[in-house]
Amino acid sequence: MKKFLWLIAIFLLAFGLYKQDYLSVLQKAAVICLECVGIG
Amino acid sequence: MQGRIWQGSSKQICVPGLNCYSCPGALGACPIGSLQSFMSGAVLRFPFYVLGLLILFGLILGRLICGWLCPFGLIQELLYKIPTPKFSKNAFTLKLTYLKYIIGVLFVLIIPLAFFAWNGVGIPAFCKYICPAGTLEAAIPLIALNPSLRSGLGIIFGWKFLLMLFTILISIFVYRPFCRFLCPLGAWYGLYNKLAIFGIQVDKAKCIGCDACVRNCKMDCQKVADRECINCGECIKACPTKAISFKQIK
Repeated sequence: MKKFLWLIAIFLLAFGLYKQDYLSVLQKAAVICLECVGIG
Repeated sequence: MQGRIWQGSSKQICVPGLNCYSCPGALGACPIGSLQSFMSGAVLRFPFYVLGLLILFGLILGRLICGWLCPFGLIQELLYKIPTPKFSKNAFTLKLTYLKYIIGVLFVLIIPLAFFAWNGVGIPAFCKYICPAGTLEAAIPLIALNPSLRSGLGIIFGWKFLLMLFTILISIFVYRPFCRFLCPLGAWYGLYNKLAIFGIQVDKAKCIGCDACVRNCKMDCQKVADRECINCGECIKACPTKAISFKQIK
């Protein structure tokens, strides 16, 4: 189970990096989140 | 402090703890906020990167993150140090610990997807309606320093502000109420406590079954290192036979 989860985590992370998901994270995190503030 | 947030590339990386990325001092991204952003808006995307990180954080640290790394956990910990009468754990608080799983499934998964299915635009429901960390760490400093944001305040901010006040007040009398009863991130990491590389372990050869560990634990643990354990280490101090220790990397 533990090894399987490690494999899943590494696969998801690697595929996410390949798809450049981190840019979407940056795009959201670099502007004020109006929902978090309670406006949006 | 000028009512702005950090926009550097370090925000590509999710930090392990619940740390609102709209906090003016945040250098990284909140994992729950990032997860929600993939399921909100007009385009639904599978959160490969964030989910991979969340599993990895769980497998490495488990709820050690709640006990030692989460800034909102620290705030609650400090509030609990205010000398007042305290409410200790009981059968009711143990049942209440399941609420965070319901909140996680409902507000992080089902409501965003339901909104997407209903009108084609998902919403980050946990950030929008629940998260008191966002209100405290982001909303209050930003609204205080950035007058342009004040005109948009309405009923949702009022609700979130009340929820934050309630969480702060309760934290003075109840140990880490948000971590124990509401936090979906704590619920997620709790699932990995047994598997995590770092954490707490019991030497069964030394354990005499006195239950001093569970009696001295302020979380709702039924045994050492279960899903509620935040690896704070209080049980290590309480154990008369030194059977409990932090895991060592061999």
